[in-house]
Amino acid sequence: MSRFRRRLGTDADRLTFRTLHTAALAAPALREGLTAASAERAVRHLRTLLGSPGVALTDTTGLLAWDGAGDQHHDRVPSLVALVLERPGTRAFDRHDLHCVVGSCPARTAVLSPLVVDDRVVGTLAALAPETTAGLVRATEEVAGWVSGQLELAELDSSRTRLMEAEVRALRAQISPHFVYNSLGAIASFVRTDPDRARQLLLEFADFTRYSFRRHGDFTTLAEELRSIEQYLLLEQARFGDRLRVTLSVAPEVLGVALPFLCVQPLVENAVRHGLEGSEAGGGRIQITAKDVGTDAVIEVDDDGAGEDPDHIRRVLAGDQSLDSVGLGNVDARLRAVYGDDYGLVVETAPGAGTKVIVRVPKFTPGVHA
Amino acid sequence: MIPGVDAAPGVVAMLVVTAATLGIGVYGLRISRTTSDFMVASRSVSPRLNAAAISGEYLSAASFLGAAGLLLTFGADMLWYPVGWTAGYLVLLLLVAAPLRRSGAFTLPDFAEARLASRTVRRACSVLVVAIGWLYLLPQFQGAGVVLAAAIGGPPWQSTVVVCLVVLVNVASGGMRSITFVQAFQYWLKLTALLVPAVVLLLVWFGDGRPAPAPGVLGDPAYPTETLAWSNPIAEGGTIGLYLTYSLIAATFLGTMGLPHVVVRFYTNPDGRAARRTTLLVLGLVGVFYLLPPVYAALGRVYAPHLVERGSDGLVLALPGLMVPGWGGTVLTGLVVGGAFAAFLSTSSGLVIAIAGVLGQDVTGRSFGRRRLDGVTAFRLGALVAVAVPAVVALTGGDVGVATTVGLAFAVSASTFCPLLVLGIWWRGLTATGALAGLVVGGVGSGLASLLTLYTDPSDLWLDALLRRPAAWSVPVALVAMVGVSLLTRDAVPAHTRRFMVRLHAPEGTALGSPRP
Repeated sequence: MSRFRRRLGTDADRLTFRTLHTAALAAPALREGLTAASAERAVRHLRTLLGSPGVALTDTTGLLAWDGAGDQHHDRVPSLVALVLERPGTRAFDRHDLHCVVGSCPARTAVLSPLVVDDRVVGTLAALAPETTAGLVRATEEVAGWVSGQLELAELDSSRTRLMEAEVRALRAQISPHFVYNSLGAIASFVRTDPDRARQLLLEFADFTRYSFRRHGDFTTLAEELRSIEQYLLLEQARFGDRLRVTLSVAPEVLGVALPFLCVQPLVENAVRHGLEGSEAGGGRIQITAKDVGTDAVIEVDDDGAGEDPDHIRRVLAGDQSLDSVGLGNVDARLRAVYGDDYGLVVETAPGAGTKVIVRVPKFTPGVHA
Repeated sequence: MIPGVDAAPGVVAMLVVTAATLGIGVYGLRISRTTSDFMVASRSVSPRLNAAAISGEYLSAASFLGAAGLLLTFGADMLWYPVGWTAGYLVLLLLVAAPLRRSGAFTLPDFAEARLASRTVRRACSVLVVAIGWLYLLPQFQGAGVVLAAAIGGPPWQSTVVVCLVVLVNVASGGMRSITFVQAFQYWLKLTALLVPAVVLLLVWFGDGRPAPAPGVLGDPAYPTETLAWSNPIAEGGTIGLYLTYSLIAATFLGTMGLPHVVVRFYTNPDGRAARRTTLLVLGLVGVFYLLPPVYAALGRVYAPHLVERGSDGLVLALPGLMVPGWGGTVLTGLVVGGAFAAFLSTSSGLVIAIAGVLGQDVTGRSFGRRRLDGVTAFRLGALVAVAVPAVVALTGGDVGVATTVGLAFAVSASTFCPLLVLGIWWRGLTATGALAGLVVGGVGSGLASLLTLYTDPSDLWLDALLRRPAAWSVPVALVAMVGVSLLTRDAVPAHTRRFMVRLHAPEGTALGSPRP
C-alpha cells in the first residue's frame, strides 16, 4: 500500500491527478455541445471539480441542468443569466438577489461565469454556496473557461461533420459535365440508326441521375449501388463501344450490405477514366468483384490502365486537395468516418501496372442501414 | 465397420462429395462478362435458392443418422425430434424472420447491439453463440466419426480427427466462398441420398410381402419391444416421460431461431418479405426430408433388429446393405454414406464459419498489446479454435447419443436467444440489463445442465431428466428474469426503441419503413 502511494507521488500530485480525472469525466459530455442531455451528464463532475454545494449549467435563456443543493432557486436562474449576459463577466450574487429567506440554506449565494464560444456567450456556469469567497469566484471562472474550451472543440467536431456532409452533397452534384455532354452526344448518335437503343439509353440516363441526385438517406445497399454502376457503364459503353470491357462477379450473399451512398460508383468512374486513358492498344478492361469474407464484404475495382505513382495516391488519400482524384479521397474519408480507421480504402497500383481499389465494409455496423 | 458394408463405395462417395463441395465453393460465383447480363450477375438470391441453402446447412448428421437411430431404439416418442426441428421454423416464421431481416443484423450479437445499444449484451451474445456452436459441433464430429468408422473401418477417434481436418481446411482456405450455392447443393444431395434408397427399400419390403416386426426379438426389458409401445408418442416412465417429451418440444420449437449458422443465412434475403417466403419454403423442404428417417426406423425394426442394441446411429448406413444384396446394395450404401458425409460437412462448415466470425471479431481480432492480427488471419485462427475445442471434447467426452447433444444445443439456444429475440422484437420494455439477466440465467442454467449431462451420469431419474432436457424449466426462468429485471430497470429503455421498432415491423417501401426524406 505504502509503496503504491509513493509511486503516485505526494498528496499535491494526487490532488492534481484527481482533478484532471474529474475533468476528463466531464469532457466527453461537453464535447457533444451544450444541450440539456449533455449538461445533465457533465454537471455532476463539474460540481466535484468546484467542490461547492450546488452547481448549475444554463444556456442563454434558462436552466439546463442542476446538481446538488439549492434547487428551490430554479425560478431565479433566468433573471440572473440575463444580468450576466448584459455585461459579460463573472458575477457574484448574494442572498437578496436569490430571494433566499431560509437561514440554513446551503446555497444562499451564487457565482455565475459566462461560457464563451467564438466570442459569443452561449450559457453560464453557476456555483452556489453559503458564502461567496474570492476562491470560489476564481475557481468558477477557471472551470467556466475550461468548459468553454470543450464547447469550442464540440463546435469544431460539428463543423467537421457538416463539412463531410457538404462533401457528399458535392459528390452527388459532381456528375462531371463531360459525362453528361458525352452521354447525350452518344445517345444522339443512336437516335436515327437505332431509336430503340437511344430510348433505352435515355431511360438509363434518367435513372442514373435520379439515383445520384437523390436527397434522402446517407446509406444505400450494395445492390442499388451496383444498379447505378450498371447504368453508368451502359452509358460509357455507348460511347466507347468494345474498347470498354467489364467483368462483374458478385457473391449474392453481400448484395444486401448497407454502405455509404456513392462509395463504389466514383471508384468505377476513376477506373474507366484511367483504364481508357492508359494504353491505346489494350486497356479498357475493368473488373468489379464483391466477395463474402466472414463478417465483412470486400469490393474490388480493378483496371488494367496506366496505373499511378503510389506516392501520388498516398497524397490523395491523405487529403491533398490540389490533386485531381477528388472521388478517391472523399470515399476514403467517408468510409473511415463511418466504420473507423480499419476500413479505409486500399489502393494497389504502380505506373504501367493498372490500379486495384479495395473497399472493405462490415456487414453490420450500429446505426448504418439503408 | 458395420458388417455387410463394403469400404470402397463409401470412400468413393465421400471423395465425390468433398470434391463437389470444394468445386462449387470456388467456381460458384455468378460472373458476367458483358454489360447486358449485369442484371443476372447482381440479382439477389431468390427465396427458393436461399431456402434450399438454409435447409442444407440445417440438416445435420443428427438429422441424417441420429433421428432414424433414435426412432429405431426408442420408438415413436422420438418423432418429436424431427417434428420439433421442423416446427422450429414455424415459430421463426411467425415471430422472428421478417423483423430480424429488417433490423439489418448479420449475427445474433449484431441484433442485440442494434436493439439494446449495449456492448455488454453484445459480448454476452457472442459468448453464447460460441457456446451453442460448440455444443452443436460436438455431435457433428461424433457423428462423422461414426460414418467414417462404419464406412472404411478403423477406430472412431481416428475418423473424428480426419473429418475435423477436412472441415478446417475447407473453411480456412476460403472454400465456402459462394456458400449459398454450396449449401443449396448439399440439401438436394442429402434429400436424394435418403429418398432414393428409401424408395428402393420400400419396394423390397413390398416384394417381401410386407413383413411385420417380430415381437419380442430382443428379450431385453429396457427397450419397448411391443409394437404398440413402440408407437406411443409419449416417452416411457409416466410423469418423467411426459416431462421429457414436453421439454423436448420446448427446446426444438423455440431453439431453432437461436442457431448461429441458421440466422446468418437470413441476411442473404433482400428484404423482410423475402425472409418470410424463404422460411415458409424451408418449412416445406425440411418437412419433406424428415418424412424419411421414420421409414428407415420402421424398416430397421423388421430387417435390422440387432442394431437396436448396438450402434443404432449406423442404421441408415447399414440398412441398404442388409436389405439389398449385391451391387445394388453397394450403390445405395455409397449414396447414403455420401449423403451422411454431406450432412456432416455442410453443417460443420456453416457452424465453424459462424463461430470463427464471432471469435475473429471479438477475440482473435482484438489487439494484444501492440500486436494485432489482420482480418483473414484472425478468422483463420478463430476457425482453428472453433474446430479444436469440440474436437477435443468429442475425443474425451462420454458416449452421449448424437441427438441428445444436439437437443442440448437447442435447449441452450431456446433458453437464451429465444427470449431475447421474441421480447426484443415484440416488447418495447426490454432493457439491456433485463436482457443480460435473462441471458445469464438461461445460459448458466441450461449450460450447466449440458455440461453435467456430458460428464456425469446422475442416478436419480428425475435429476437425470431435468439435466438431460432442461428447456422446460430453463426457458420460462430466463423469460421471467428478462421481463422482471426489465420492469425493474424501466427507466433504462434505450432512447431509440420506438424508432427501431417501427423499422422492424414496417414493411420495406412504406413511408414508415424507409428513412426520413
